[in-house]
Amino acid sequence: MAILIDEHTRVVVQGITGRIGRFHTEEMINYGTQVVAGVTPGKGGETVLDRPVFNTMKEAVAQTGATASIVFVPPPFAADALMEAADAGIRFCACITDGIPMHDMLKVKRYMRRYRAQQKMTLTGPNCAGTISPGRSLLGIMPGHIYLPGRVGVIGRSGTLGYEAASQMKALGIGVSTSVGIGGDPVNGTSFRDHLALFEADPDTDAVVMVGEIGGPQEVEGAEYVRQHMTKPVIAYIAGLSAPKGRRMGHAGAIVSGVGESAQEKIDILTAAGVTVAPNASCIGETVARVLSEHALLGRCSEVGSCPAVAGSSAATSPPVDHRLQHPTR
Amino acid sequence: MDIHEYQAKEILARFDVPVPRGGLAYSPEQASYRCTEIGGSAWVVKAQVHAGGRGAAGGVKICYSDHEVQDVANSMFGRRLVTKQSGPRGKLIYRVYVEEATDIARELYFGIVLDRRIERVCIIASTEGGMEIEELATSKPEALIRTTIEPAIGFPEFQAREIAFALGLPPTLTAQATRVFRRAYRAFRDLEATMLEINPLVVTTKGSLVAVDAKMSFDDNALFRHLEISELRDRSQEDARESHAADRGLAYVGLDGNIGCMINGAGLAMATMDMIKLAGGEPANFLDIGGGASPERVLKAFRAVLHDKNVEAMLINIFAGINRCDWVAQGIIDAFKQLEVKIPVVVRLAGTHVEEGQAMLRNSGLPIITADSLADAAQKAVAVVNKVSAS
Repeated sequence: MAILIDEHTRVVVQGITGRIGRFHTEEMINYGTQVVAGVTPGKGGETVLDRPVFNTMKEAVAQTGATASIVFVPPPFAADALMEAADAGIRFCACITDGIPMHDMLKVKRYMRRYRAQQKMTLTGPNCAGTISPGRSLLGIMPGHIYLPGRVGVIGRSGTLGYEAASQMKALGIGVSTSVGIGGDPVNGTSFRDHLALFEADPDTDAVVMVGEIGGPQEVEGAEYVRQHMTKPVIAYIAGLSAPKGRRMGHAGAIVSGVGESAQEKIDILTAAGVTVAPNASCIGETVARVLSEHALLGRCSEVGSCPAVAGSSAATSPPVDHRLQHPTR
Repeated sequence: MDIHEYQAKEILARFDVPVPRGGLAYSPEQASYRCTEIGGSAWVVKAQVHAGGRGAAGGVKICYSDHEVQDVANSMFGRRLVTKQSGPRGKLIYRVYVEEATDIARELYFGIVLDRRIERVCIIASTEGGMEIEELATSKPEALIRTTIEPAIGFPEFQAREIAFALGLPPTLTAQATRVFRRAYRAFRDLEATMLEINPLVVTTKGSLVAVDAKMSFDDNALFRHLEISELRDRSQEDARESHAADRGLAYVGLDGNIGCMINGAGLAMATMDMIKLAGGEPANFLDIGGGASPERVLKAFRAVLHDKNVEAMLINIFAGINRCDWVAQGIIDAFKQLEVKIPVVVRLAGTHVEEGQAMLRNSGLPIITADSLADAAQKAVAVVNKVSAS
């Protein structure tokens, strides 16, 4: 089933007529994503890559039945685009734009409180790589081919570090159900906690990987959620052990400014919550394999059936899952 | 972006928050002249640097004559002030602020920050003015008065009044305090600050409120809307390596080690630094060249890393996602030739067309060491700097 997006998800690209928007739209279409429309105010009536362009999100949704959007709108206008998506009834939005002013995001978060939980748009980002349900749909800027379809969920703040994790897993034959980028900004749409809950409820996800970093309370909140609610095993990696305190490390949100925000503190808190933390970025894949093996899940999660990193691991014991039998509930 | 105390006070004054009379000086003579201009019989000379903890480091001195002001200013100019927050190299003092001394009855703390937990702006006040907030938060968390701002409403009078009463201000002062708090918030909101701190906010012996010290930081992402704020940037307070990189649109943080780093993506960049440390080395910098890693950016990044004279070897770690490793490899080779790089460079490529990319690097005849994994790259980089240091 995967979470958030699958092969049936109909997608609008906000900012489709820009150079970057257009480039990634093509990549997404090539991957098999159902891109059904684009929106650029003032360019309604045009077409991009054979997709109709609309002036407003409401029109795009009414005409195409889209339920998801991806945002490539430049930072000064991006917050407005997010509110427009929420108001048009979009259910899931990935905001790729980097550099949105913090005060704008505070307004977006406040604006989205007007919707009841059932009608509220799930926002990921800003400043994220997007979300992919491998083999089904790509709503982002990541290279699709480094993800193997499978049964491990991934949640990450960083783009390329997420690729690193996915490709290490792929090398060991471990696939991904959905990989969600939550972004590197201090104020973002959703966080580890939100997506841990979705993965816990997803019958096609057996374990979850959290890829975190210094700064902010999100990993600690995630740890608390794991401790109280997760039955599935959780693996984490936290970047920034060597980052000096008080310095912003690239991501606007990657700055240690309070208690519990350093990498070591996060690692300790996650470990105490029962999360297995990979000691360095080179062994994320190995750590995932080891935890899956300990929970007798490796066979189910590994495409090749055995994992060279885990000596004596048993081959596939459960029957392969036929994804065609699963239908989206939305 | 950080600004100086005097700049923050100018902003606060514009929003009708009372600040002591004062003036900026670029020379000891000008500092002494400020005394006559301001009047009175006691003045405070304050070093203008982008770092807290100036008082304890000797960057704030009270003086009782214009001669004394001149002498004190003279001893400050050109010095690098090392405070608890400045880092070991300290910050250069090339301007001082002279202001009238304030008769202090009580010192309060007033601050506005983003609370990332609830994603709201939060007002923090305390009766323990003059102490550092981080210290207060750990030693006496009960002494902090916290109020959350509802973004759609702002900072209503009652919330400001509650803070005034919680601070134990007398009824004669509550109306004034309420006004001061709300004006400070307006400055924070209108100029899109990320932090505003008035510490101490002083109750004078005459019974009025004055912002005796002020600090503001601004959201870099919002500066395009506030050009008057972006003009307050003071490059002398920045690490020269960081200014150089920032001017070229690179996310760079200077560190103290000797292994220069060039990585695409902030998370991967931090992970690579961690890996270097784990292998027993010290990174010279954090550098994220962005997801794309185009040849132009690779060239710029090379320059930024080599700008640091401590760099003895370089580690390049690129995960080619939407681009291809062979293109990245070509960018590296071109940069190598163009810049005549003399130090060993370890390159780890991953992602699309990785074999082609690595083959190009190996066959280039350049002193490039290729690595297969993050761990391998870090170990090789540490090994080459150790060899460089030994020879």
